Amino acid sequence: MGKSVLSQINASILINAIYAMQGYPAMLISNLLSPISIIIIVTFASHGSLLGEAVSGGLITAFVGGGLSLQADLAHLKNDFKLQDMVVSSPTSAGVYLFGMAISELIFQIPSIITLLALAFFFVHATLFAAAEVFAVLVLLYAFSIVLGFFLSTVSSDILQSWAFIGILSILLTTIPPVYYPINYIPMPWRYIAYISPTTYAAGIVQVSLGYLPPSQSNIALDWAVLIALCIILFVIAVKKNRWRDV
Amino acid sequence: MPELICSNLTKTYGKGMKALDKVSFSIPALGIFALIGRTGAGKTTLTRILATELMPTSGAASINGIDVVNNAGRLRDMIAVLPQESRAVAWLTPRQTIITYLMYRGVGFSEAKKKADSALRKTDMDRFANTLNEKLSGGQKRKILVATVLASGAPIIFVDEPTTGLDPISRAELWEAFKMLKKDHFVFLTTHYLEEAERLADRVGILHEGKLMALGTLDEIRKLVKYQYSIRILGKKDGIKVKEGKKTLGEDGYLQIMTTEKEADALSRRFIKGKIRFSINPVSLEDIFYSIVKKPIREEEGNGKQEEW
Ligand SMILES: Nc1ncnc2c1ncn2[C@@H]1O[C@H](COP(=O)(O)OP(=O)(O)OP(=O)(O)O)[C@@H](O)[C@H]1O
Ligand SMILES: [Mg+2]
Repeated sequence: MGKSVLSQINASILINAIYAMQGYPAMLISNLLSPISIIIIVTFASHGSLLGEAVSGGLITAFVGGGLSLQADLAHLKNDFKLQDMVVSSPTSAGVYLFGMAISELIFQIPSIITLLALAFFFVHATLFAAAEVFAVLVLLYAFSIVLGFFLSTVSSDILQSWAFIGILSILLTTIPPVYYPINYIPMPWRYIAYISPTTYAAGIVQVSLGYLPPSQSNIALDWAVLIALCIILFVIAVKKNRWRDV
Repeated sequence: MPELICSNLTKTYGKGMKALDKVSFSIPALGIFALIGRTGAGKTTLTRILATELMPTSGAASINGIDVVNNAGRLRDMIAVLPQESRAVAWLTPRQTIITYLMYRGVGFSEAKKKADSALRKTDMDRFANTLNEKLSGGQKRKILVATVLASGAPIIFVDEPTTGLDPISRAELWEAFKMLKKDHFVFLTTHYLEEAERLADRVGILHEGKLMALGTLDEIRKLVKYQYSIRILGKKDGIKVKEGKKTLGEDGYLQIMTTEKEADALSRRFIKGKIRFSINPVSLEDIFYSIVKKPIREEEGNGKQEEW
């Protein structure tokens, strides 16, 4: 990676993470609280029996949420400050801009990720292999949500529209899928609705590998295949249809 | 000589709105070019296409032989752009604004810091270097963004209404900054201040409803209009016979006669004889602009008849 590409990546990190945190520290607290709040609800509602599921669900939500908040951040920078226009016409490419912004979003998630990992350390019992598998799912999920968020931000023309995107996506990616509890808690035929969401497949893999879902209830190979296929399809759409350069 | 060439550049937004209609021209890509035109004329559309931000619907454009559509990457190494509606990011300071923009251009952090400080000094904004942008006035924010593109050192600069909202002194300061670039840079500027275009630009283009109506140096576009001279007389209400020309009574009480060189000559002789105080000038860009895009409110074409005022 050339020195100038590093500078370009750092520019996004400075604008969207470092300087933003200096300006508005409340953002950190809000990010920290959002996954934890649902863990609290699920844990108490299940009398503690779903604590492990809730913690792993919290991790999934944190990574999916990264893309959702990135979508809002990028749309704000693009529509209200015209930053995207200034960057488009600079040597920074869309990919490098997005990579920098993806890291900036991750930096914001650090406190909540550390908290969740600490909870996982105490309450989730995973083999090394399972941990690696969960890690891979989270990385893939993050890539998915970041690319989706970037794509939507380039087509959004106002913050109201961005909020609408967030509303729809958070239902699709975090409400419908059984993130905080095993999928067999959803009675048939409702389970089919859950399968609309890519997060469902991610949650399936995580829950089986952590032992919250009997392997018979889920087809890991199929889950992986669907998840990877969805990532590829989204990536192709995002590359072809994004409005990085306006039309 | 480096050149900016547009051929049949057309932009249709969505399904209907034709913002640029077969715009074709070529100008040297050096010095300052000012694009003027009424609100909605298509200035921003043209600027964004040339600055590789927006795709044209059809037609082509190149700068120094580099195609803006197909070879945007190469061009982006050379251009810096201030979009019309850019605002300094609220939670950054002016210094951070410039530094991060330079970093997007590939400059390292410490080098960017040095350049930012020097740009802030040059635009007299160093007092605000570490104030949050959200605490600056509208004009100060605008100035920061102009300083940002100036700091880039890019050889080609696009600035869409850079001085809108600035006080006369700040505006003059920025004019000086742009003038310094004239020798070895290409500045593509849009403005609603005709005085700005007149003072700064080596060449001016007039865009009207998506069509390029005039292009050239001020002297060149003056030749495009019917009347090249403007005579002004204060409060002269009785009849003045004008064989060829256009009379307008301005709200300032001045009677303006736009006319040809020959008629201006004849009229001034008559005024001198009749001891009428008057001033005569080549028509200003404002006059040219009016005659190309719009008729002024009270005007009469001279037809040699005696007229009552
Ligand atoms: N994104 C868009 N979608 C649809 N129509 C647009 C869009 N942007 C501009 N237009 C239309 O294109 C025309 C030209 O707009 P443009 O912004 O280029 O004008 P302009 O000369 O820069 O005006 P101003 O002096 O007000 O900045 C206008 O009629 C405008 O309504
Ligand atoms: Mg405009």
